[in-house]
Amino acid sequence: MAELSVTATRPGAANEADNPRQSLVARFGPEQPLQLDCGIALAPFQIAYKTYGTLNAARTNTVLVCHALTGDQHVASAHPVTGKQGWWETMVGPGKPIDTDRYFVLCTNVVGGCMGSTGPASINPKTGKPWGLDFPVITIRDMVRSQAMLLDHLGIETLFAVAGGSMGGMQVLQWAASYPDRVFAALPIAAATRHSAQNIAFHEVGRQAIMADPEWRGGRYLIEETNPRRGLAVARMGAHITYLSDAALHRKFGRKFQDRSNPTFSFDADFEVESYLRHQGISFVERFDANSYLYLTRAMDYFDLAADYSTLAAAFKNTQTRFCVISFNSDWLFPTSESRAIVHALNASSARVSFAEIVTDKGHDAFLLDEPELFAIVRGFLGSAATARGLVASGRR
Amino acid sequence: MNVRPDSRDFTMARTARTPGGARIDLVVVAQMIDQGAKVLDVGCGDGELLKLLESRGVDGRGIELSREGVNECVAKGLAVIQGDADADLSDYPDDAFDFVVLSQTLQATRHPRRVLEHMLRIGRHAVVSFPNFGHWRIRGELMFAGHMPRTDNLPETWYDTPNIHFCTIKDFHQLIEVIGAHIDRAVALNAWGTPLRLNAPWWFWNLFGEQAVFLLSRGR
Repeated sequence: MAELSVTATRPGAANEADNPRQSLVARFGPEQPLQLDCGIALAPFQIAYKTYGTLNAARTNTVLVCHALTGDQHVASAHPVTGKQGWWETMVGPGKPIDTDRYFVLCTNVVGGCMGSTGPASINPKTGKPWGLDFPVITIRDMVRSQAMLLDHLGIETLFAVAGGSMGGMQVLQWAASYPDRVFAALPIAAATRHSAQNIAFHEVGRQAIMADPEWRGGRYLIEETNPRRGLAVARMGAHITYLSDAALHRKFGRKFQDRSNPTFSFDADFEVESYLRHQGISFVERFDANSYLYLTRAMDYFDLAADYSTLAAAFKNTQTRFCVISFNSDWLFPTSESRAIVHALNASSARVSFAEIVTDKGHDAFLLDEPELFAIVRGFLGSAATARGLVASGRR
Repeated sequence: MNVRPDSRDFTMARTARTPGGARIDLVVVAQMIDQGAKVLDVGCGDGELLKLLESRGVDGRGIELSREGVNECVAKGLAVIQGDADADLSDYPDDAFDFVVLSQTLQATRHPRRVLEHMLRIGRHAVVSFPNFGHWRIRGELMFAGHMPRTDNLPETWYDTPNIHFCTIKDFHQLIEVIGAHIDRAVALNAWGTPLRLNAPWWFWNLFGEQAVFLLSRGR
């Protein structure tokens, strides 16, 4: 079939929006609103999160992992909707670079998300119906602010480290700028201090694909019991291309045909790469909410750390945080030049910064994949920071 | 001078090391740096000097051109970034460091003078070590064999060497005068890594020093 075929079940993600499975939930009442950059005080709201490892007695060994656009709190354990393993199990776990035998790992679903933190798929207490587009626009700083509120709620004063890739890396940088005294070490991977025009453009294509789906219904699809699957799948297909690289696509698929030896002279998925992309789109729809996709892409678009301060260097003025900035040479979505700009700003503030560019053909997604050099660098950086933080003597190894 | 131009023994000594295994020139550099100082090592290689300094309570940072060197350093937990002396020193603010070190890298920079001026801007002191192109064996190779000198320490042919700005101790001394820096200390090492007599005249250093290490500060 030429058209994208998507099964007509209600999206699994919507079930997670208010009552997330296999997650902890912190609820903030009307007396503790989340002050958003758009001027609205969001209350009540909730943050869904997961933890791995044990918080030490001094409460100094927390590593906050920040997820990317379509990630969630299920970093190192099975996803409740898809049953697939956690999105960063290669990086986080016992004996892994972010070692849960040593560190207390915390990951929250971002506000605006659809896996249990308050977002457009959650019930609006004023109407008793899903928020939809009445949900206020969220920024990266709002996400970080809500994470800081969660830390206060948990009685964790400082973070040993904040780590994340892509949108997660944006949160890492925002953490270092907003709460320098609460962050001992920061690991922004495949990130940038601002979303480029090209990236905003790609996001806009994705949003338009969703909004062009007649089932989107002006964002009221959960109320009207429709589902803009096709639009969301197309958005995901387009975005997925940007996470890879020309070389990786060529290596994986080339011009190979899918289960056939000749072209069918139709608009079927003749090529393996088409079939792969369709699969990516369809499986995404199962676990993600279309409106969340609009809100979170928007949050990334609005991110511009330099604009919030007079210069980028001013964002990190007098910082005592140690940084490890990592980029991938084939990443054209968040290219090395963006990471280098972070490093330049950090140098200008005489911050303690390490910067490594890793050679790979896997593109932006390399931060999620099996990259031994990435693991060695993260392990080495965190290990030396742990020594400096005095975590080694009190740790188990 | 009794030299044998074609002999493979006709080389500068292999990089000398202490019994503990540390490179002698790096030990000399490290001895010029105060305990607990904030140091930037420009061209830090695999981080050997930074590791050496770390054991002395120094807060060290590094810049390295080669990606392999950088990633190795970062995996060791050192604060090292990929970059080069010519392009990246301008980012740092004035007085960001107590010492800025450039060991065995000056000759590979495009603009040695600018690099040195930046070092003295961002650091209170600069420590520079470099191979002395005025050493008698190098002079001999050029004079008697008639080709660009190649040694164990400087093994590349002229057409693929990264070293584009060789200088002698005398030349370097001249550059210091031009930029108006002050020499706090200077050490010349012979081929076995032993420091030459302190009271030896400059011409003697220039002839018998295989490498030199200068501790500089801003001119008054």
